[in-house]
Amino acid sequence: MSIQDDKAKEVSADGAAGPIILFFILGLAASLVFGWVIFPKLLYSQKKQPIDFNHVLHVEAVDEGCESCHFFREDGSFSGIPELAQCVDCHEEAQGEDPNEVKFVEEYVANGREVPWLVYARQPDCVFFSHVAHVKEAEMDCGTCHGHIGESEHSRVYEENRITGYSRDIWGKNISGLKKHTWERMKMDDCAECHATKEIKTDVETLPWPINWLPLPYKKQTGNQASVTTVKEACFVCHK
Amino acid sequence: MEIGRRSFLSFIIGGAAGTAISPLPWKLIDDSSIWSQNWPWTPVPPDGEYSQSNSVCTLCPGGCGITVRKVDDRAVKIEGMKGHPVNDGGICVMGLSGLQLLYGPTRVKTPLKRAGKRGEGKWEKISWDEAISDVTKKLAEIRSKGESHAVGSIVNSDSGTVPNLFKRFLTAYGSPNFMTMPSMQDSYNMTMLLMQGVSAQVGFDAENADFILSFGSGIIDGWGSPVRMFKANSAWKVNGKKVVQIESRLSNTAAKSDKWIPIKPGTEAALALGIANVIIMESLYNRENIESQSGFDAFKELVLNEYSTDNVSSITGINSATIVSLAKNFAQASKPLAICGKGQGSTPGSLNEFMAVHALNALVGNINKEGGVWAVSESDYIKWPELEMDSIAESGMQKERIDGAGSEYPHAKSLLNRLAEVINSGDGSLGALFVSDANPLYSMPDSKALNTAFDSIPFVVSFSSYMDETASNSDLILPNHVYLERYEDVPTPGGLQKNVIGLTKPVVTPQFNTKNVGDSIILIAKALGGSIADAFPWDSYDACLKETLGDKWDVLEENGFWSDSDSKVATGEFNFYPDAMKSLSSFSSVSIEGSTISYPLVLIPYDSIRLANGYIGDPPFVIKTVEDTVLKGKTACVEINPKTGKELGLTEGRYAFIHTPRGKAKVKVHLYEGIMPGIVALPRGLGHTAYDKYLAGKGCNFNELIGPAEDPISGLDAAWGIRARLTKI
Repeated sequence: MSIQDDKAKEVSADGAAGPIILFFILGLAASLVFGWVIFPKLLYSQKKQPIDFNHVLHVEAVDEGCESCHFFREDGSFSGIPELAQCVDCHEEAQGEDPNEVKFVEEYVANGREVPWLVYARQPDCVFFSHVAHVKEAEMDCGTCHGHIGESEHSRVYEENRITGYSRDIWGKNISGLKKHTWERMKMDDCAECHATKEIKTDVETLPWPINWLPLPYKKQTGNQASVTTVKEACFVCHK
Repeated sequence: MEIGRRSFLSFIIGGAAGTAISPLPWKLIDDSSIWSQNWPWTPVPPDGEYSQSNSVCTLCPGGCGITVRKVDDRAVKIEGMKGHPVNDGGICVMGLSGLQLLYGPTRVKTPLKRAGKRGEGKWEKISWDEAISDVTKKLAEIRSKGESHAVGSIVNSDSGTVPNLFKRFLTAYGSPNFMTMPSMQDSYNMTMLLMQGVSAQVGFDAENADFILSFGSGIIDGWGSPVRMFKANSAWKVNGKKVVQIESRLSNTAAKSDKWIPIKPGTEAALALGIANVIIMESLYNRENIESQSGFDAFKELVLNEYSTDNVSSITGINSATIVSLAKNFAQASKPLAICGKGQGSTPGSLNEFMAVHALNALVGNINKEGGVWAVSESDYIKWPELEMDSIAESGMQKERIDGAGSEYPHAKSLLNRLAEVINSGDGSLGALFVSDANPLYSMPDSKALNTAFDSIPFVVSFSSYMDETASNSDLILPNHVYLERYEDVPTPGGLQKNVIGLTKPVVTPQFNTKNVGDSIILIAKALGGSIADAFPWDSYDACLKETLGDKWDVLEENGFWSDSDSKVATGEFNFYPDAMKSLSSFSSVSIEGSTISYPLVLIPYDSIRLANGYIGDPPFVIKTVEDTVLKGKTACVEINPKTGKELGLTEGRYAFIHTPRGKAKVKVHLYEGIMPGIVALPRGLGHTAYDKYLAGKGCNFNELIGPAEDPISGLDAAWGIRARLTKI
C-alpha cells in the first residue's frame, strides 16, 4: 500500500467521524425520548372513574376519617371500597347540585347498580394482604401505602397497563421505578422494604381452646419477631 | 454529509445504548412476566369466595387437625390447624399434598366390577345398586351354605366407628374374622395388657420428658403422630433435653439426636435389660416403690443372672462403659422416657423388646407420671345396642379365627401376618374378603405370598378410594369418599397421653360417584335382612356417627376435635415379670430367615417422612422430595458400608441385585458410613405397582423381600430384617 493511499484514508476517516458521532447521539436521544417519554404513554391507557369523587368533601362530613367509609368488619376483614348500600345511607337522593352526585344518584342509586370503581391499588389474585394486621396491629397510617388520597378533590385518571392489566400505581408513577415516598409504589419489593427493616409487634398468640395440659411447644412465646418475611413459611403469609 | 453504513450503524448503537439506559427494557421484562402469568391457558383455579374448613387428616394414624382453604367448593390448600392438641398448626409433607389424593388421577370414580382376569386391569362400571346387590347375593349364598365364618375383613385399625361397623357386621353375619393391619400399637397394647393388666392404649408425655431413650424409634422419621413428634423434638433441642438414639443405621433421627449408639439389629431387648441390670446393681431406682411391685424379684433375678454388662455388650456390640453411662444418665434424669417401635412403627416387632423397654420405664418410676408413659383408657364413645345374633351368626362366631388370634395366641386380637401362610398351606380358607382403608397386598411382609393367598379367595371386595395394589387385585370395588369428602371420627391417635377425638368433615362435595364405606356396610346389612339388618338401625352412616358421638357432636362439628380435660388413666397392678418374659432367660433375638452361608448380609428396612408405606402411597409432590440416594431414576438405592462395598467389589452407583430367601430386586448401591458393616438398608414405601404413573414402578417393595417372623408370645410379626446377598450386575 502506498503512502498516498494511507493519507487519503486518514482524511476520509476524519471526515466521517462527525456524522458517526452525530448519528450516535441522534440514536441515543431518540431512544431516550422514546423510552422515557413515549413508551409510558403507549404502555398505559387512560381511564376515567365512572364518578369523579371528592374525598375532601366526604372527609369533612364524617367523624372517623378514612374508616368511616373504608371500615373493618366485625370479623376483622376490611371492607375496601364502599358498596352502593353504604352510599345510599346519605345519597338516597341528591343532596346538592354537583353534576357528579346527580349522575351517581340517577345512574346508580336509582337503578340499584354498583359503581364500577377502578381500584388503583388492586393487587394480583395471588397476593393476600391483611389490612387489619397493618392498620390495627401495626398502627400504620392509611397514607403510608395509599398516599394523600383523602385530600384529593377529584378522582385521578386511572392508568391501566396494557400488557398486565394492572394499575400504574403498582409500578409507580415514575416509569424508572424509583420513588420518593412509601406510597408511590406497591410492588413486592416495597412491602419487603418495610418488613426487612422493621420489627413487627406480636402479642402472645393464645390458643383458641384451653389445652393447658399441653406444655411447650404449644405455649406461644411473647416477644417481638424480626419480621413476618423471615420466619418459617413466610412466603405463605402473603402468597396463599 | 454522507449518510453511509457507518452512520447507520452508529445510529443503531446509539439507539441501543439509549434504550438500555431508558426504563423500556426493564419495565417490559417485568410486565411481560406478569403478562405471561395471566395467559388464559395458564392453569389458575377459578375465582370465587374464599373460605376455610377445619377437619382432621387421616392419611396416617397421626390424627392432625387441618384447615383447608377453599375457593367456592374447591379445596386449594391444606394447612395445619392452629390450636389443635396434636399438631397445633404444623403439618407434614404428606398432609400438605393431600389435595393430590382428592383431585389426582388415582381415584376410583365409580363402583367397578372386574371384567378380565384378576389384576388384569379390566373393569366394568356398575351402579351402586348393582354393586350392593352383587355383594349381598354372594354373602347370602355363603351364609346359606353355613360358611359364614369364611368371610373376613381387613381394615386399618380396630377403633373408630367404621372399623366397628365392619366388626358388628361380621358378628351379625357370623364371622370372627375381623382383621386389622398390624402396627407397633399391637405390641404396645399387649405390653399394657401383660404388664399393667389393663386394656389401654399407650401414651407418651414426650413434651415433658427430659431424657429420651429411643430404641430405634424414628422420632422425626414418622413415628407415632409425626407432626407432634417433630414439635416435641424441636422443643427438646431448644430446652436442652437429651435424646439418645439406639439404631443400627444413622437415620435422620439418629443424626439429630444427642447421642447415636449403633447396635446389632434385633438385640434391643438385651440392651434394655442390660440397662436395667446397671440400674438395679447401682441402686438407681426407688427401692421402696419398685421392690414391692409384683414380679420384681423374678425380674431382678433374670436381669442380674443373664444380663450382666459384659454379657449384654457381647450380645449387642455396644461396649460396657457405654451401657453403664447410658444407664446412669437415664436413671438419674428427672423425667426419663424410653420408647420403642422401629422406624415409623409400622411393624409390631418383638414383644420381648416392648416389655423390656416398658420395664425400664417402670424401673425409673415414670408410669402414669408427667414426662412418662401413660396407660390411656381407650375411647368409650361407641355404645351401640347389643346386637342379636341368629343361629347362623352364633355358630359362626364360635368358630376359631383363621389367623389363630385368640386361640393359638390367646392375647392377640388380630394376626394378619399369619393369613398368607394359613391359606397357602391349606390350613384355612376364606370365601369372601372385605378390604377397607388398607392395602395389604403392598404393605404386608411377603406381599407376594399374600397375593397368592388372595388368588384362592373367590370374592374380594375393596372399599378403596384409590386404585391401589389390593383394589386392582379385587373383584369388586365400592369406592369410599376420600377423607376430604366424608364424615368420620378419628379416635385418639397412638402415643397421645390424653383422649383426643377428631372429626373428619366433608370439606368439598364428593367429586365422583363414591359412597362413604359406612353407608356401604349399612346398605349391605339392610339388603341381607333379618337379624343382620336389625343390627344396623341407622338410616345412614352420618346418622349413626351423630348418634354415636352424642353430646360431643356439636363441639366436634365446630372445633374439629374433642379433648378430655383430664386424663383417663387405666390403672391395674403392674407386673415386672409376666410369664411372657420367661423366654428372655436365654436371650436370642427373633431369628431372621435365611442361612448365613448363602446370605452373608442382613437386610433391614428404613423409614423416611418422605415415604408413605401404608394404605396411602406417596402423592406426586411427596415422591418428588425423595433424595437421589434413596431413589435414583426408577431404581431404589441400598445403603451399605464402604467396607462392605469393598469386600463385595461394589462401588457407589453400581447396579446390583439383592437376593433374599423371599425375593430378588434390582437396586443401586449407595455407600454410606452411617450403616454398620454387613448390613444392607432399603427404604420402605417404594416399589408400588399400582396407584398412578408418578408412583408405580419406582424402586422395589421391601415387603416383597421380607417374610414374617412370628413372635413366640404375641404371634405378631417380629421380623426386623432378613438375610440377604448382593450380586453385581
